[in-house]
Amino acid sequence: MSLYKAELRRLSKRRVTTYMGLLGLLVLAAVAVGTFFSNQKIGPAHIAAAEREAEQVYQEQLEYTQYERRLCEEAQRAGTPSDGKDRFPPDCSSIEPPKREDFRPEWYLPETFEFRTDFPQAIIGWALILAMVAFIVGASFVGAEWSSGGMTNLLLWRPQRIQVLLAKLGALVTGLVGASVLTGLAWFGTFWLIAMTRGSTEGVTAGVWRSLLLTGLRGVVIVLAAGVVGFALAALGRNTALALGGVIAALLVGQVGLSIALAIAQVEFAEKWLVSTYVLAWLNKKVTLENWTSCTQTVTGTCEPARLEIVWQQAGVLMAAVVLITLGAALWLMRRRDVT
Amino acid sequence: MIGGQGVAPVLEIQGLEKTYRSRRHGVRRALDGFDMVVEEGEVHGFLGPNGSGKTTTLRTLLGLIRANGGRMAIFGEEVPAALPRVIGRIGAIVESPQFFPHFTAYDTLSLLAEAGGVPQRRVGEVLDLVGLAERARDRVKSYSLGMKQRLAVASALLKEPQLLILDEPANGLDPAGIREMRTLLRNLADSGMTVVLSSHILAEIQLICDSVTIISKGRRVAAGPVAEVLARHSGSGLRVRLEAVTDLPVAAEVLTQAGARVTVHTDHLMVESAEKPAWVTRTLAARNLYVSELTPVTADLESVFLELTETASIPGQASQSAQSVAVSTTSGTGGRGA
Repeated sequence: MSLYKAELRRLSKRRVTTYMGLLGLLVLAAVAVGTFFSNQKIGPAHIAAAEREAEQVYQEQLEYTQYERRLCEEAQRAGTPSDGKDRFPPDCSSIEPPKREDFRPEWYLPETFEFRTDFPQAIIGWALILAMVAFIVGASFVGAEWSSGGMTNLLLWRPQRIQVLLAKLGALVTGLVGASVLTGLAWFGTFWLIAMTRGSTEGVTAGVWRSLLLTGLRGVVIVLAAGVVGFALAALGRNTALALGGVIAALLVGQVGLSIALAIAQVEFAEKWLVSTYVLAWLNKKVTLENWTSCTQTVTGTCEPARLEIVWQQAGVLMAAVVLITLGAALWLMRRRDVT
Repeated sequence: MIGGQGVAPVLEIQGLEKTYRSRRHGVRRALDGFDMVVEEGEVHGFLGPNGSGKTTTLRTLLGLIRANGGRMAIFGEEVPAALPRVIGRIGAIVESPQFFPHFTAYDTLSLLAEAGGVPQRRVGEVLDLVGLAERARDRVKSYSLGMKQRLAVASALLKEPQLLILDEPANGLDPAGIREMRTLLRNLADSGMTVVLSSHILAEIQLICDSVTIISKGRRVAAGPVAEVLARHSGSGLRVRLEAVTDLPVAAEVLTQAGARVTVHTDHLMVESAEKPAWVTRTLAARNLYVSELTPVTADLESVFLELTETASIPGQASQSAQSVAVSTTSGTGGRGA
């Protein structure tokens, strides 16, 4: 217990923890401020203006279609030879005026923050920012200990390698859970305020709250997974740079290269091989991939693209496998390898 | 205690082996059946050239490296199995002191104390002991190498250990710092602490240590009380000059027949194994050979060290027992391998 407490204290004292935490908070604050200023609350004046604008655009389109029909009829009467591009249809009556209901006033409203529909995307942003911070803090927490000799010192005090590594991991997970919960609550509160002042909180039922909380919970899980994977990779390489370099290489070279190769090979649903698809599937509950080169006939005779759904359970299994494999390897190597 | 009776030594290593294998460098035997014994209350010097296996031995002893063979015991308990039980009684630094550069000395020690369940009051005490109390709140990155060494010693002393293992503690220290370190170690030994000291500064070892173990190419080549190791090696003895240089061969024969080991030089003889200087004078005078100079010559540890490590056996060509020289200690141990 004393080791765990010491590690928790060490984690909080580390510069990387402080700086990355501040950087994460800064980015989150920038997102919140940007959202605040790019949205506004809709009042009767905005609605009236939007209705006026919708009516105005409708009238303009009405005049335009009448003008076009007139030109069409004149061209037919004059027997103007076609230039081959068939500007007008053979039957000018087919140039119909638009319907009024096609010009909906809400399209002409300024941006407004609807908590019920817009906040889930904000949760995803929060989780991804925090996951990046968690990965770096996790990797540095063990990697810097190895490269600075701190781990050797610690093992001279506590010659129980697995216990030492797990105490560090426990401290990291505790720190990440704490940071996730605190920033998560602040995120909920901030966006609730944004919705109240720059949008709407209508329609947020108990079911919506439950759904938002579950999305937040999945966000916390991905933050923890990123932290643990960073920790495990740095423990494997006994170096922070190896974890960071490995992930950058895997994401940039591996994923970008893979997506190019799959595109060249014209593999169907190439995105199903990309990590980002599974991250989004986990956070969004589902990602639907569409293949626009194929056509599935519907009963109404229309052509629909082939679809593939990746659901959060699949993403969860993949994430758990990555976490278990990297952490298992790190623990095994910690036990076996000499400290030279 | 490994294979013996009576009071267990504080530290005992028997037949320790460590082999490194790599595709690039092939197989390298870092430790080749190494033995070592340290008795309670001793300041024990652990000497060897670079790459001889000193740090590998200490790291293996402290559980950082896995041995390929042999046995080790600390306080009579076999390690590494019993290491978690005995580690609370051991303070150690291995190789260069390495600390997190952005932490203060106080934080560094405070975190170690918390991890090891040591009362926080010890932090101030040991910082005071090594003379770092005034700089305790400065970041370690602002420290000189000597200050980092002192911090490392402080970290090893935090637990109030009964066995202190220090790997090159004088590295980076200036002459005044070396003297302070010597005094500190002597005081610790006087308080009953057993100290194992690995160092390249042989004059320091000779001044501080009660006993030594010399390692070369992974094997023990000498062990025992410092004075006895010195007496047994590197030509310590008597330099004898005669009135007539032409009498030297005859005098050498006379002394050899009388039981002394004699080396003939151009203008003098070196006599070893002589009981007393007076015995040489008496023996030669009895044959009408008169001494003009009789000077005791004492070897220093450096010359002994160089002699022993330069002539160390090649691994695999001779057994350690044939090569190592162990001298009986006053408590009757240390004779293994002799």
